[in-house]
Amino acid sequence: MKLLVCVSKAPDTTSKISFTDNNTVFDESGIQFIMNPYDEWYSLVRAIELKEQAGGTVTLVNVGPASNDVIIRKGLAIGADDAARIDMDPKSALSTAQQIAAFAKEGSYDIVFLGKETIDYNGAEVGSMLAEMLDMPYISFATKLDVAGNTATVSRDIEGGSEIAELETPFVISAAKGLAEQRIPNMRGIMMAKRKPLNVIAPVEVAEQIKTVQFELPGEKSAVKMVDPENMDELVRLLHEEAKVI
Amino acid sequence: MILVFAESTKGQFKKSVFEAVTYGAKLAASMGTTCAAVTMGEVSDAGQLGIYGAAKVYNVAGVGAFDSQVYSSVLADAAKQLEAQVVIMPVSSTGKAIFGRVAVRLGAGCVSGVNALPNLDGGFKVKKNVFSGKAVAEYEITTPVKVISLMGNTLPPESTGAAATVEALDIAVPAAKVRVKEVKTIDGIVPLPEAELVVSAGRGMKGPENWGMIEEMATILGATTACSRPVADTGWRPHHEHVGQTGVAILPNLYIAVGISGAIQHLAGVNQSKVIVVINKDPEAPFFKAADYGVLGDLFEVVPRLNEALKKYKAAN
Repeated sequence: MKLLVCVSKAPDTTSKISFTDNNTVFDESGIQFIMNPYDEWYSLVRAIELKEQAGGTVTLVNVGPASNDVIIRKGLAIGADDAARIDMDPKSALSTAQQIAAFAKEGSYDIVFLGKETIDYNGAEVGSMLAEMLDMPYISFATKLDVAGNTATVSRDIEGGSEIAELETPFVISAAKGLAEQRIPNMRGIMMAKRKPLNVIAPVEVAEQIKTVQFELPGEKSAVKMVDPENMDELVRLLHEEAKVI
Repeated sequence: MILVFAESTKGQFKKSVFEAVTYGAKLAASMGTTCAAVTMGEVSDAGQLGIYGAAKVYNVAGVGAFDSQVYSSVLADAAKQLEAQVVIMPVSSTGKAIFGRVAVRLGAGCVSGVNALPNLDGGFKVKKNVFSGKAVAEYEITTPVKVISLMGNTLPPESTGAAATVEALDIAVPAAKVRVKEVKTIDGIVPLPEAELVVSAGRGMKGPENWGMIEEMATILGATTACSRPVADTGWRPHHEHVGQTGVAILPNLYIAVGISGAIQHLAGVNQSKVIVVINKDPEAPFFKAADYGVLGDLFEVVPRLNEALKKYKAAN
């Protein structure tokens, strides 16, 4: 099986968020970037597990600048075979999807994996766009994926439950918590990753369809109103009469 | 015109659809056009969408179990046939699966998870939460056709009109490639992303055996239960209850956090809640800074007391 895993960088979950250039650009100074957790913990690991079971290759693809190489090398250390970095700083889900689609079309992959969303822009858009550009079925927010021959059985999260389905490869799948268990790269993996191919690819031309007007930080909350722990009738009264939420 | 995708589950609409139609009708009014809704497959009482402001309700017959290729093809063709300027869908498992596909099919600029009506002053500008709720971004969509998805609880559904007649829309339905075998849902519980009231608890509970009082509070309020990440990771509670940056992001009207310290990753998933109540015995818990109401005390004493007070309130109201 030829497996393609799309990985993205994301600010570490403890990052304080701020903006520059009149609040139009995310301020990356002092930010520790990590591999997007849904890409690393679930999507990449499940692809590696399928390769271990049935053979094949796991290729990583990232759209981003050279500073992303450290994140890509981590993916190689976890167990991917090779990687491609499309050399541009993506400005939207659309441009990311178009770059990956152009790359994926060349590779005839059986399954294209992504995390269910990135923890920065939280759009969950790239997978759905990419599937359309590749004219493939799309399984979103998958918590289970098994493959026998060219038939896959999947389970995905839906409101208040799950949906189980079957389909044939090729397809695009986005990984939610539960698809796999996080793997920590070992020393051997880290050493091997240094010798695995990481190809830098020129981007294709894309026309953006949205532009960022500005970013805002949420307003400061007014001070917390403390309620006497002995008097929960007062809390209920406040929730009913003041906050009007019950 | 504005076209709202009115998704249905077992022929029924969820509240998020009524919100999306209300939103679509308000947007249509400010753009000087009308709002229509499109439904797929067998739907009971699709005409009720008229009550929330859909001037027309369309139905495409012959659409079966969910396949993102089929649904996006039908919705994009409907938008083309009806010459929609804006396509709106709820943020949901279905919405997220088809959102990007529909935008690509229509060549439309798109923004997902919009949380307010667009600003039409000098363009079509929409806002959404980014960085898991740590910031808000405003985007301008520059294409003639626009696709947006709407966060739940952005605005309440408003009854403004009368039921509409349902017209059949003649759209070719492609064959599905995904074969849905089984749909498992727990009936009677409002899923977290849609919940208006959420009761959540963390490590302060000391163990899963103590969750009875949290479930009792949820039952009294008609709330949905949630938990912090360490609680889900240790298996005290199921993973689908985990709210926070790497779990479910929620925006209920009321979020009650019991025994949760309020790490930045947890706050990122819940700080869009309209009102936050924090119950914790640690005065240094960072969650108090993000709370509207705080109770400093031992949760094993405070929660039973709160449950009694809520029961008394419910009996009287």
